Amino acid sequence: MLFSVFMLAIRSIQRNLLRSFLTILGIVIGVSAVITMVTLGNGATQAVRAQISSLGSNLLLIRLGQRQGPGGGSSGIPQFKEADAISIIDEIGGIASVAPEGRAAVTVIGNGRNWATSVVGSTNPWFSIGNWTLASGRGFEEEEQTAGAAVCIIGETVRREIYGGTTGQTGLGEQLRIKQFSCSVVGILLSKGQGGMGFDQDDTVVVPLHTLQRRVTGTRTVPMLLVSMEDGTDSARVKRSLGELLRERRKLAESDDDNFNILDTQQIAEALSSTTKVMTTLLGAVAAVSLLVGGIGIMNIMLVSVTERTREIGLRLAIGALEREVLLQFLIEAVVLSALGGLIGIVIATAASWGLATIMSVPYLFNPGINLLSLLFSAGIGVVFGYFPARRAAQMNPIEALRHE
Amino acid sequence: MSEHAYLIQLTAVTKRYGEGASELMALNGIDLTIKAGEFVAIMGPSGSGKSTAMNILGCLDTPTSGKYLFKGTHVETLSRDQRARLRRRFLGFVFQGFNLLARTSAQENVELPLLYRGDSSAVRLAAAKKALAAVGLAGWEHHTPAELSGGQQQRVAIARAIVTQPAVVLADEPTGNLDTLRSREIMDLLVGLNRDQGITVLMVTHEPDMAAYAHRIVRFVDGGIASDEMNPHPVSGTASTIEHAPVEHA
Repeated sequence: MLFSVFMLAIRSIQRNLLRSFLTILGIVIGVSAVITMVTLGNGATQAVRAQISSLGSNLLLIRLGQRQGPGGGSSGIPQFKEADAISIIDEIGGIASVAPEGRAAVTVIGNGRNWATSVVGSTNPWFSIGNWTLASGRGFEEEEQTAGAAVCIIGETVRREIYGGTTGQTGLGEQLRIKQFSCSVVGILLSKGQGGMGFDQDDTVVVPLHTLQRRVTGTRTVPMLLVSMEDGTDSARVKRSLGELLRERRKLAESDDDNFNILDTQQIAEALSSTTKVMTTLLGAVAAVSLLVGGIGIMNIMLVSVTERTREIGLRLAIGALEREVLLQFLIEAVVLSALGGLIGIVIATAASWGLATIMSVPYLFNPGINLLSLLFSAGIGVVFGYFPARRAAQMNPIEALRHE
Repeated sequence: MSEHAYLIQLTAVTKRYGEGASELMALNGIDLTIKAGEFVAIMGPSGSGKSTAMNILGCLDTPTSGKYLFKGTHVETLSRDQRARLRRRFLGFVFQGFNLLARTSAQENVELPLLYRGDSSAVRLAAAKKALAAVGLAGWEHHTPAELSGGQQQRVAIARAIVTQPAVVLADEPTGNLDTLRSREIMDLLVGLNRDQGITVLMVTHEPDMAAYAHRIVRFVDGGIASDEMNPHPVSGTASTIEHAPVEHA
């Protein structure tokens, strides 16, 4: 019985293919919008997490300027000295290593090609703090660091753009020109892969700190200190001690505000992923509204359909259809329509979110939960918005329905 | 058994529409009995109550007062769904406007009443094929109403009415939309069903030519029965133009 009513519903959808398609368009758009938004949002959250965790865990970044406001507020503030890094290691417990970091945007030339990248000047701990490993070659030697030797270690992107070829095959031992000096490539960093959101961590050249200071920036200070803590260290305590130590070393008076700030990567990760989560929820909610509009569209068309098919309903009732059979037929019709819309929406959403994820370079994460939820929700919309028209059909007086023109 | 002597027994049936000043007595206490196997034509001018009577006879409507005994069942006491069950078991309907489902094959149109009875698809297929053959439309199963002439459409409608092997076929102006030739074909078909399969036929018409096929003619005037007489010489169906495949009775 249920099956034959189901078949009736299917046939009546088949008889009105174009209208059926237009009816479900709202649901199709709603479902695909919801799924695409949520999938991309999840992908973005994942990308942010991956990016932060690839910076290194248990990591504190000490930067110039107030915590509030963009980095532009750092001009005129004295930079950090190498001695600051040494005193942090010496005076604060629970610190694994400290690396001062200087950075400059440069165009590097080698092998007859040039490439715009950023050059980082730091010390050996920089590699372990940033979770970097060498694909080939070696790290900096002690005397190269103190003397500021013309050696460099390059990221995979730079290697590929300058020397070409496959990983580990080219680049090592070559000369690379950075501004006015040439350095020899002593090591190649293992690729961390696309960091996500268009940020490529492999696009970098690393030189000893003194090399950068003497040959590129011409300063003896650095704008940033990277501090890695030992596992299980209370980061709040370390931050407090760091703050006190740096205020003292930078000779800030009681009344002065900090002219540096300490960022915890864990905090950044949480802040960024909670931001993307809020965005995901908002976009999903906006998309859900379109799903609701789609449901109202279904009700509208079902009402039109019931009116238009009054004679058909009259006939069905006359030849002995029970009230609940007519109700069920129209209800199933609405549910099949909206569930079909949901299915098509899922297919479109899968294609769209995969494509958009590739364009936006965030990972594509198939989310079975949201797909199932959307399907069930769209079927539910069919029940809710199909019930009223279906009941109207079922309660028709067969005599008047048959007489309807 | 005496109670069941009649297939249909209307006793003092009235039907009132509206209230107060706009009150209209469509039927003012009619008595009518019909035996199984009769072919009755119901005639009368519009507003005479013949359609109201037909609706009550077809269990589509209930009388305001009076009794309607159909096969021993008091129809006036039945609920909407109970009357629907009665219709799907014992009654077949043929309408002036055919009322076929558009864009639906003849086969599927005829299967429709069986669908509501819950018959399997094999049973439906066989029964609908047989019913279509009985109205001379073997081979037309897959045509949609738009591809059929008016006469053919009405024959599909008759096939749909008889596919459930009903006790009574109620035909409301079945030839109203057809020309004389097609009308005669339809009448031949109804006469044949009545004669060969023993189906009781109740037919509303205002064409004396068509009423002449019936064995009995009931005339309605002003909500009452004006005359109820036997037709001594009913036009017999020629049936020669249409091939009748036998449909057994359950």
